[in-house]
Amino acid sequence: MSQWPITLRRLLTPSLTEAAPPASAEGIAALAASVEAAAKKRLGRSLALRAVDAGSCNGCELELHALANVFHDLERLGLKFVASPRHADVLLVTGPIAANMREALHRAIDATPDPKWVVAVGSCAAGQGVFAGAHGVVGALSAVAPVDLVIPGCPPTPAQLLGGLRCLLDS
Amino acid sequence: MSAMADDLLTYLAPATIVTWHRPCTRFELDQPAWRQLVMQMEQADWSLLALWADPDWIHMALRDEVEGGVAVASCPVVDGAYPAVSPVRPGAIRLERAIRDLWGHRAEGAVDTRPWLDHGRWPDRQPFSAQPVATPPDAATAEPYPFLPVTGDGLHQVPVGPIHAGIIEPGHFRFTANGETVVRLEARLGWVHKGIEGLMQGQMPADAARLACRISGDSAVAHSLAFARAAEAAADIRPPPRADWLRAVMAELERIANHLGDIGAVCNDVAFAFMHAECGGLRELCLRAAADCFGHRLMFDQVVPGGIASDIDADRVGILRRLVHGIRPQFRRLVDVYDGQASLADRLVGTGTVSPGLVHRFAAGGYVGRAALRAVDARKAAPYPPYDKLDWPIPLFGEGDVNARVWVRIREVEASLDLIDQLLDGLPSGPVATAMPARGGEGLALVEGFRGEIMTWVRLDHAGRVARCHPRDPSWFQWPLLEAAIEGNIIADFPACNKSFNCSYAGVDL
Repeated sequence: MSQWPITLRRLLTPSLTEAAPPASAEGIAALAASVEAAAKKRLGRSLALRAVDAGSCNGCELELHALANVFHDLERLGLKFVASPRHADVLLVTGPIAANMREALHRAIDATPDPKWVVAVGSCAAGQGVFAGAHGVVGALSAVAPVDLVIPGCPPTPAQLLGGLRCLLDS
Repeated sequence: MSAMADDLLTYLAPATIVTWHRPCTRFELDQPAWRQLVMQMEQADWSLLALWADPDWIHMALRDEVEGGVAVASCPVVDGAYPAVSPVRPGAIRLERAIRDLWGHRAEGAVDTRPWLDHGRWPDRQPFSAQPVATPPDAATAEPYPFLPVTGDGLHQVPVGPIHAGIIEPGHFRFTANGETVVRLEARLGWVHKGIEGLMQGQMPADAARLACRISGDSAVAHSLAFARAAEAAADIRPPPRADWLRAVMAELERIANHLGDIGAVCNDVAFAFMHAECGGLRELCLRAAADCFGHRLMFDQVVPGGIASDIDADRVGILRRLVHGIRPQFRRLVDVYDGQASLADRLVGTGTVSPGLVHRFAAGGYVGRAALRAVDARKAAPYPPYDKLDWPIPLFGEGDVNARVWVRIREVEASLDLIDQLLDGLPSGPVATAMPARGGEGLALVEGFRGEIMTWVRLDHAGRVARCHPRDPSWFQWPLLEAAIEGNIIADFPACNKSFNCSYAGVDL
């Protein structure tokens, strides 16, 4: 069977994609202090995102993936995931910063052209995760790199992620 | 030791029995007896379930593949060493290397003595040993990692990772290729090692369960369940029947959601985005139902030692029934699409093949095993409640390729949808949790996650705190087979091969 009957049905029924949540208030307040207006102007209203897992349990990655599904469709907001930090405006860092990933994370941050934003995604990168104190973790992302935005949650839901990311577009 | 016995439990019977280990038996051996056991394993069909360490002991869980019996054998560490298991069970290679890195115990006669989890970046080397050694703070002192040699004309290497192009966990893949064809793939993992086992020590089971849940986020229910069942076995209690049944509802929902994601992602890796979009939508419906019924999209922290975190009412049972009945016809149409696409068959049939012999040698479970004639499923092999009261088929394929691993998932989605119906039909009434007593003991649990069989071992001290926990993710025995699967394939087919395995990085790095 071909995929066309299902595609046709999709074309004839209402879209599954839902209205995106507004920018989260806490996120905007935090951003205002850290991001210069000039940077915002240059980045415009379209942002390239690059995810870096620095010790996550992979729960955050599942929800980052969910941003691309038909219900959330983040590309309509001008947000898209790119394959290289060299193409990215925003680094989304997850996990409690495993010591083994520290150098790779720094290389990814260095490879991302300025102006750039570094976002701590999830409670672990925010420094409130369950792995704090383990022998193989460094701790919060802010301990190893300047952080522009924090999106907490274990893991943050797609709605929380979108609300956080919209701060970068709307602020 | 009766040297002739082929039955695992008969063979181990003369050894000292540890009376506080449940539900299977743990036997304490001396080093000569352990060495003999390893020799016996060369001919006996006993699969390695796990190999883990204590400050003074090495433990090995085995299953008799013929008789079905499970037992733990323990060997004292003498002068920092124990006889290696890897010469007869290649699945032990990485486990021995991890034990060396964390505890300092040397496996004498080991197949591979390179470090595994230790990349020279922790404050201390051998952090779980009695005398950890401080690592010099300068990262440049980390020893270079020697990849296995590959020789021949016209070879080139492609290093990939630890950071990959997609939203994937970190790992390093070293491809050696001749033109497009992969001659050898060697994975180097350990990048997301945190030290979960160390962190669990001294915690009450309820707190340690939050860590167990986050061993591998995609298997939150399965790992929580394995930990809870092991802790309950150690404390010698049983959760109420309703908790068992609701745990199974969550476990099957997790299996469906992950399989849907994987089926779509494998197709996406060969550029059939339609399937990815459709399966991603169905997966999202599962996560939303999970959030509505259990309060969390990935059902984190819902399975706890003693039972489950909260009960569900009739309305929520209705949500789950509507989910199952909504997904079933949509999924059936997608299976027809998958089955009918020549472009998918062209890329996925005969790609990334693992032989039944290799799968058996590594005792690989889940869709990796069941795509290559290894039928072991913890829900049937050692049925835990409520699976002893349920009826469903175990899909089995023989081709061992990417396509077969997709078909195992397809059949398991169908079976799990039916299982949820059965579970909701038979849901017993009553409480959903019982208190964990402050009691010591040791427990072992085998639980079937979406990837395969998880084995978790827990020791509780006299106050009921976790003295030691070892969770063995199914990926330990699947990752090495990915290296075999890709041999002779082209590099461009690696993403589909890798996704068809979908091994956990976090689950083995711990």
